Amino acid sequence: MSSAENPILIVESLNKVYQGGFEALKDINLSIRRGEIFALLGPNGAGKTTLISIICGIVKPSSGKVRVDGYDIIDDFRKTRSLIGLVPQELTTDSFETVWNTVAFSRGLFGKAPAPDHIERVLKSLSLWDKKDSMVMTLSGGMKRRLLIAKALSHEPNVLFLDEPTAGVDVSLRKDMWKIVQELKAAGVTIILTTHYIEEAEEIADRVGVINQGELVLVEEKQQLMQKLGKRQLTLLLTEPLNRIPEVLGGYDLELIEDNRQLRYTFDSAAQRTGITALLEDLKTAGVSFSDLQTSQSSLEDIFVDLISQPVRS
Amino acid sequence: MNLHGVLAIYRFEMARMKRTLLQSVVAPVLTTSLYFIVFGAAIGSRIQQVDGVSYGAFIVPGLIMLNLLTQSISNASFGIYFPKFVGTIYEMLSAPVSMLEVVLGYVGAAATKSLILGLIILATASFFVDLQIAHPLVMLAFLVLTTLSFSMMGFAIGIWADNFEKLSLVPMLLVTPLIFLGGSFYSIDMLPPVWQTISLFNPVLYLVSGFRWSFYEIADVNVGVSLISICGFLLLCYSIIWFIFKTGYKLRS
Ligand SMILES: Nc1ncnc2c1ncn2[C@@H]1O[C@H](COP(=O)(O)OP(=O)(O)OP(=O)(O)O)[C@@H](O)[C@H]1O
Ligand SMILES: [Mg+2]
Repeated sequence: MSSAENPILIVESLNKVYQGGFEALKDINLSIRRGEIFALLGPNGAGKTTLISIICGIVKPSSGKVRVDGYDIIDDFRKTRSLIGLVPQELTTDSFETVWNTVAFSRGLFGKAPAPDHIERVLKSLSLWDKKDSMVMTLSGGMKRRLLIAKALSHEPNVLFLDEPTAGVDVSLRKDMWKIVQELKAAGVTIILTTHYIEEAEEIADRVGVINQGELVLVEEKQQLMQKLGKRQLTLLLTEPLNRIPEVLGGYDLELIEDNRQLRYTFDSAAQRTGITALLEDLKTAGVSFSDLQTSQSSLEDIFVDLISQPVRS
Repeated sequence: MNLHGVLAIYRFEMARMKRTLLQSVVAPVLTTSLYFIVFGAAIGSRIQQVDGVSYGAFIVPGLIMLNLLTQSISNASFGIYFPKFVGTIYEMLSAPVSMLEVVLGYVGAAATKSLILGLIILATASFFVDLQIAHPLVMLAFLVLTTLSFSMMGFAIGIWADNFEKLSLVPMLLVTPLIFLGGSFYSIDMLPPVWQTISLFNPVLYLVSGFRWSFYEIADVNVGVSLISICGFLLLCYSIIWFIFKTGYKLRS
């Protein structure tokens, strides 16, 4: 079966109403492919952590279903939870334990027999090996973040959730982090991460989902988003409104906007020829005149801001 | 059954206790010794004998119970409260462990520790008074049942508490008075009749009485009644925890 037909994670009509009546998630439907890196974007309070917490078993869903590798997260919680590793958003660690012991504890907690080799590999890959006998409270913030990753990887999960892994992390550690994520992906681990940073999603994700006020407003291949990103637009302010686009201009990607008072031309900024010169020639021939022009580039940021500033139906 | 998970929690808790060895062993041993000096030597020289047993020896079972109860409750309640407080509970909640397994790990560790402590106090006591244990197996049964049930009670308190005040409220307001009024340091025969009747409503009385019987074969109430009531209490604590998890009370929002 191909990975598209056999998703690793399926979320169906998931709702969450917190005690007190706050609707944190509204009818979420999402399917995650095996082995992909999925970035969940959204502003503060959008519901990212809530969604992850439900999948991992920390928060109870109000209604809806979640299946991990075909198993229900409630009926088969042992199965689904042993498949999942979670790196939480908050830096919550024990203080008085050693690095080695906390990681070994996590592995045991998730039902796996001790495997010093595996833990050694994980600690080395996260540059924590020389800290293995240090008490957790003596680690720096970035080290604690890596320790949380080590704990999540201690039981060899198939799905890894990273809730804002780069919050408070410096540039070089961020690079390291992405390297680790790529290595995990290469090893077949499915990765779902949340972030506020669009560049981060761009850099690392295969697909991007945007969540806002508890609603999943967009799920798209990053490539497709990037294509939209690569598009530029030239807008001409017409001196006279046009009823329709003249036929001689049929070869251009044009549309009339703003009550036919503006003409918008979309082109690929990466292409050798933008076609602008030819278009201007042809406009002259067609007798279309304009008073002003401007170009713009739509970024993922724009798409994002656009999406989340739309009033959400309630 | 996730045995690795239970063991992981158990070991983690035992390691935590090892780190706090000083306060968890030295302190009770010291206070016990003080009890012997104050109650046994000073007061005991006036009371002399209770039911044919020297006063110093008479209070040993009560002293052990006093420590078992308070230590079981504080170990178990702190054990589960602390991860809630610092947030590391997320890992427990996202792990493939059932709540029964979580209880086994935490309560098992807390009970083990109080049991060890009980034996240490017993050994300490033997330096001060002449000890005889008429029914060692019954004594052990009382030790195990008491540490288990009061560790469960502590566990329930740790889940219920959402601040440190609540965490120490129940032990302070409920358990300490019950212990002191439960015949730990006297036989209820010494009380006026009204107070004797009132004492019979104190569950700790049954514990101390039965436990003391296993030493000296003297008791305020029948040892069978004592055993049945401690088993009943164990069941009650287990049901409370079962109910807590059944409803997901205060752990999962
Ligand atoms: N335990 C809770 N009880 C009540 N409301 C809650 C609880 N946890 C979260 N919420 C609310 O649910 C909404 C979503 O919170 P969530 O933590 O999922 O957001 P998020 O997308 O992760 O935000 P951030 O980017 O800040 O981490 C917020 O409005 C939050 O106040
Ligand atoms: Mg969050």
